[in-house]
Amino acid sequence: MTDHKYRCTACGYVYEPDAGDSPSGIEPGTPFEKLPDDWTCPVCGVGKDFFVPVIEEA
Amino acid sequence: MQPIELKEGIYWVGAIDWELRNFHGYLTPRGSTYNAYLIIDEKITLIDTVKHHLYEEMIARIAQIIDPAQINYLVSSHVEMDHSGGIPRLAEVAKNITIVTSSRGETGLKNHYGQKWSFQVVKSGEVLPIGKRSLKFIHTPMVHWPDNMVGYLSAEKILFTSDAFGQHLASAERFDDELPRDIVMEEAKRYYANIVLPHSSQVIKAMQAVSGLEVELIAPSHGLIWRSRIPEIMAAYREWAANRTTETAVIVWDSMWGSTAKIARALQTAFENKGIRARMLPLGVNHISDVMTEVLTARYICVGSPTLNNGMLPTVSSFLTYLKGLAPKERVGLAFGSYGWGGQSISQVEEVLRSCGFELLDKIKVQYVPDQNTLQKITDNLQAKLP
Repeated sequence: MTDHKYRCTACGYVYEPDAGDSPSGIEPGTPFEKLPDDWTCPVCGVGKDFFVPVIEEA
Repeated sequence: MQPIELKEGIYWVGAIDWELRNFHGYLTPRGSTYNAYLIIDEKITLIDTVKHHLYEEMIARIAQIIDPAQINYLVSSHVEMDHSGGIPRLAEVAKNITIVTSSRGETGLKNHYGQKWSFQVVKSGEVLPIGKRSLKFIHTPMVHWPDNMVGYLSAEKILFTSDAFGQHLASAERFDDELPRDIVMEEAKRYYANIVLPHSSQVIKAMQAVSGLEVELIAPSHGLIWRSRIPEIMAAYREWAANRTTETAVIVWDSMWGSTAKIARALQTAFENKGIRARMLPLGVNHISDVMTEVLTARYICVGSPTLNNGMLPTVSSFLTYLKGLAPKERVGLAFGSYGWGGQSISQVEEVLRSCGFELLDKIKVQYVPDQNTLQKITDNLQAKLP
């Protein structure tokens, strides 16, 4: 599960663990679950609780 | 052009848009206002401006109180141009003005208007002293822009809520108790359904963030200021944000030769027989934004289209695109329609309703013209499925 992408339900941004979020100091390779609790969507500012896992079709 | 004093030293200095009838696709039959609020203190503070073409009206109101050149702070509650559109001209007059906004607000304003102003970025919870008063800011991201924040004056108990609790309603009146209740609540509902609805979960969070504040006035950025109906509008927002609906139906359709309309009436009969009120909304005469206002409080959403050129009618696809984007939840959907050959439209409608996350009732698909027996069966079948 740790390499899952997560989508922001407010604005549609997708957090990709491989890319991280460098403007917020998040290293590439950081799983969503390891993001700090106060991390917010880099696009729209809502909290982690507004993110849902991206279900990828096989 | 007179300002309206809300409390001592605090004024509404906005502009009334009597001509607005369409706000990026949402019909605004009663026009709108762009509310700017002026606070006279050691630092003269203006909360938001107005749409660019009504700048002169705002300045004329401000000039009744002070020289606009004296304004020290402009608080931008969010970047949207109906509120920030007056900043460029204001900044030319008030040369020492500082724009107070969130960090996303600063980025957004620079992207809209360039780099030229002085900014002071405030964090959520931060307090800006402006003299004998202090203005507290609480960030409310995605209600309804990323940079949104509300402002609170604790001494006067005024909450400046940006677009939340707004209504597109042009009027000579400024307070919620100066117009009939139903008009005010209808416009608040229409506004929620067409602007705020997709951000409902953020609304719940924002309402929690301000729940501890004592509030005597809710000063939104559009429409009337709430002073007598605060518990009512707060309760309505809690219901709408939680997607709580009433046991009612909307039946939305377009028809080519009247067959899909016949099915719509057969569905209406089924709802009526169960004591469920159904509102009939043919898309030929109902604008999608007015349909959404009804969808906001209805549990059953029935959508019908005949098949044209292997697809649904453009009026219906337009409605469905709008519906899906506004993202109501906890609804029951039903797709219906008549067809001649392929009949693809009904499955397409159903697919969109499914993608909205709605629970689905069996779709109804009739070739050519439904006869009386077929219509009776449609009524009976739906009736059997309803509680």
